[in-house]
Amino acid sequence: MIDATGMPQSAVLLGGTSEIGLEVLGALASRRLERVVLAGRDPAALGPAGERLERAGVREIHLVSCDVGRSDDLERLLGEAETALGSVDLLVVATGLLGTAELDRLTPAVVQEMFAANASGPAAATAGFAQRMASQGYGRIVVLSSVAGLRVRRANFVYGAGKAALDGFALGLADALAGTGVGVTIVRPGFVRTRMTAGMKPAPLSSEPADVARAVLGALEADRGVVYVPPALGPAFLLLRLLPRSVFRRLPG
Amino acid sequence: MSASGRRLLAGWGGRPASSAEVVCPATTGEAAAVVARAADEQGPVLARGLGRSYGDAASSAGGTVLDLTGLDQVLGFDESSGLLRAEAGISVEGLLRFSVPRGFFVPVTPGTRQVTLGGAIAADVHGKNHHLDGSLGAWVRSIRLATPAGERLLAPAGEGAGFWATVGGMGLTGVVLDATLELVPIETSYMLVDTERGADLDECMSLMSERDEEYRYSVAWIDCLKGGSGLGRGVLTRANHAGLADLRAAAPRRAGAPLSFSPRQVARVPVTPPFRLPSALAVTAFNEVWFRKAPRRRTGELQSLGAYFHPLDGVGSWNRLYGPAGFTQYQFVVPFGAEAVVREVVEALGARGVPSLLAVLKRFGAADPAPLSFPAPGWTLALDLPLSVPGLGELLDGFDELVASHGGRVYFAKDGRLRPELVSEMYPRLEDWRRACDDLDPARVFQSDLSRRLHLRKA
Ligand SMILES: Cc1cc2nc3c(=O)[nH]c(=O)nc-3n(C[C@H](O)[C@H](O)[C@H](O)COP(=O)(O)OP(=O)(O)OC[C@H]3O[C@@H](n4cnc5c(N)ncnc54)[C@H](O)[C@@H]3O)c2cc1C
Ligand SMILES: NC(=O)c1ccc[n+]([C@@H]2O[C@H](COP(=O)([O-])OP(=O)(O)OC[C@H]3O[C@@H](n4cnc5c(N)ncnc54)[C@H](OP(=O)(O)O)[C@@H]3O)[C@@H](O)[C@H]2O)c1
Repeated sequence: MIDATGMPQSAVLLGGTSEIGLEVLGALASRRLERVVLAGRDPAALGPAGERLERAGVREIHLVSCDVGRSDDLERLLGEAETALGSVDLLVVATGLLGTAELDRLTPAVVQEMFAANASGPAAATAGFAQRMASQGYGRIVVLSSVAGLRVRRANFVYGAGKAALDGFALGLADALAGTGVGVTIVRPGFVRTRMTAGMKPAPLSSEPADVARAVLGALEADRGVVYVPPALGPAFLLLRLLPRSVFRRLPG
Repeated sequence: MSASGRRLLAGWGGRPASSAEVVCPATTGEAAAVVARAADEQGPVLARGLGRSYGDAASSAGGTVLDLTGLDQVLGFDESSGLLRAEAGISVEGLLRFSVPRGFFVPVTPGTRQVTLGGAIAADVHGKNHHLDGSLGAWVRSIRLATPAGERLLAPAGEGAGFWATVGGMGLTGVVLDATLELVPIETSYMLVDTERGADLDECMSLMSERDEEYRYSVAWIDCLKGGSGLGRGVLTRANHAGLADLRAAAPRRAGAPLSFSPRQVARVPVTPPFRLPSALAVTAFNEVWFRKAPRRRTGELQSLGAYFHPLDGVGSWNRLYGPAGFTQYQFVVPFGAEAVVREVVEALGARGVPSLLAVLKRFGAADPAPLSFPAPGWTLALDLPLSVPGLGELLDGFDELVASHGGRVYFAKDGRLRPELVSEMYPRLEDWRRACDDLDPARVFQSDLSRRLHLRKA
């Protein structure tokens, strides 16, 4: 169940090896989290992820192999999560693939894989869990979106376009879920230092996975629908979105 | 059966919320029929009263919730014994409207009249008279309970396990259809109230310890935002029922209708504002005014029943003032001798500047035999806390540890966030209760969000 301070007891992490996702679950483990399903496409990497959560105090950990690009995997995940956890209090959607934005490398397969990891896969999974949560009468979905989706930039436009789709999907889903007892929290970080951004020059206002985890817990406590990490990115992107395209295009980075 | 359908339910604090199929039986027979079919239904079943528990006790996500407020009839009353039988959905206000003009008062009333008889039994509610009169369970003579296997008539005498598991059992043994209650005779509908200020927590506590036994009703309101030497200052209001002679002496004009009872709501908060109102600043100001306006000492003031017992009922839906993030009430009891715990909690709240508008301190008397009943001899403190305060969960977790390690406990009827691991420490007779509960409902059809969160029905 989810308590009055927004803290869940069971959770599914989609993108079971995500650094940000694991940091969020670790923080929740110090509150009320007891049971977890880690869903990821690399079974070998899921083991150590599970051990990390065990050390953080999670009592029960289930590993499910799942590629979000495959709908049969998603169907199986929905069933296995229900069997393992009984009811799913929280879904954390943390799959993502920065991939490439170089025109030469954007083959149909590459673009499709990126949209699967950033948009269609997580959207499909989220819809499936949302249905089940609505019928169980409660639940919370945390979607890791990104400021990259708020105004798509040349530098990562395929990733950004995927995030834009997912963010819009999550906003609409939140409205569709009104009155069901299921809530959606959309998290929009800027640059976070994880393996996804390894080797890249940190953008201004960069943060650590622990900052994202703190922000997510704060949003759950206050029952907030959208949260920026760091918060200053909210007003900054409000302005960036208003810039004419000719100016925006010339911004550095 | 009137309206039924899927609805979002929450407690008085607004969070957590969950949706369930709500059915509104029009007769106790209909309610019993829903319970009889319950075993075949998907999902859990639960009774709900007026939803005045603060957290998730009266919600059952994805299940069937029986809204019993339509079952509000008095079924019988015997003036010579004071025994009244009524349907479970009658409110304390409904009971009072019936009984006060006849010269009787409910034996125990919580701080609001807007609770049902069934909800009051399920939480084994206490009032300002606990130090002398115990909690409601002590005054209940019989309970008619609907279980999946049929109806049971439960009484405290003899084996009594089912009765005492239902009293304080938070709706998890079955659905109370009706109950018989002993009322207490009164000569007037007025109270004689003595008010006193305590300069700090120690003084409040010693004033209460010294002369509480002279008053049937006693309570103190504590200011949790005042630091320094005034830490835990408060206002004590203690009272006895006014006799006819008292009323004639104090207000001869009212003595013509000594048992009149017409409680009124003077205002109502119409909608939830998109923000919360009680900021630390506003609460500090409020507390200051309220402390200053209380007399240092005043005795024998005549007050109506409503003014003394249910001052909050004057404003409807005041819980909306806490905004969408909602609020919780933290109520704990610690044994006599553990006064330091109360002090530490008040200190911690003041130091953090957590705005607690209403902090109520009371001395409890002897406990009753119900294994999940909250009251036990000692001090109880109840605090309303906005959930929008960052880090509130961790702060309260710290209080829990402190309370549990001193042999205390928190109140399920107010809870929405206790750590499940602490339940068996706080309620050492949990296993006795589980056995009795399983005897009445072996399939564990009755579940609430509270019972699932705290794993009450299974280890
Ligand atoms: C302003 C305020 C002041 C309060 N002051 C006090 C106080 O001084 N002392 C005190 O003890 N409490 C106090 N309370 C708490 C309140 O008395 C309890 O929470 C009480 O249970 C509420 O009754 P209800 O009818 O609203 O029940 P609900 O909140 O609807 O339900 C509470 C529990 O009772 C069960 N239940 C309800 N009806 C039945 C039934 N027919 N059969 C079986 N189970 C049933 C539910 O399943 C649930 O577990 C206060 C609450 C408020 C809002
Ligand atoms: N880091 C940042 O700067 C930043 C900023 C804003 C938003 N975010 C978002 O935050 C989330 C977590 O990112 P992170 O920083 O923690 O990076 P990460 O550690 O690389 O996590 C991304 C996760 O997605 C998984 N994944 C990718 N494609 C998948 C697929 N088809 N099927 C299943 N799993 C797939 C990855 O699994 P594999 O290991 O198997 O590839 C990995 O577990 C992502 O949604 C990301 O877009 C990150």
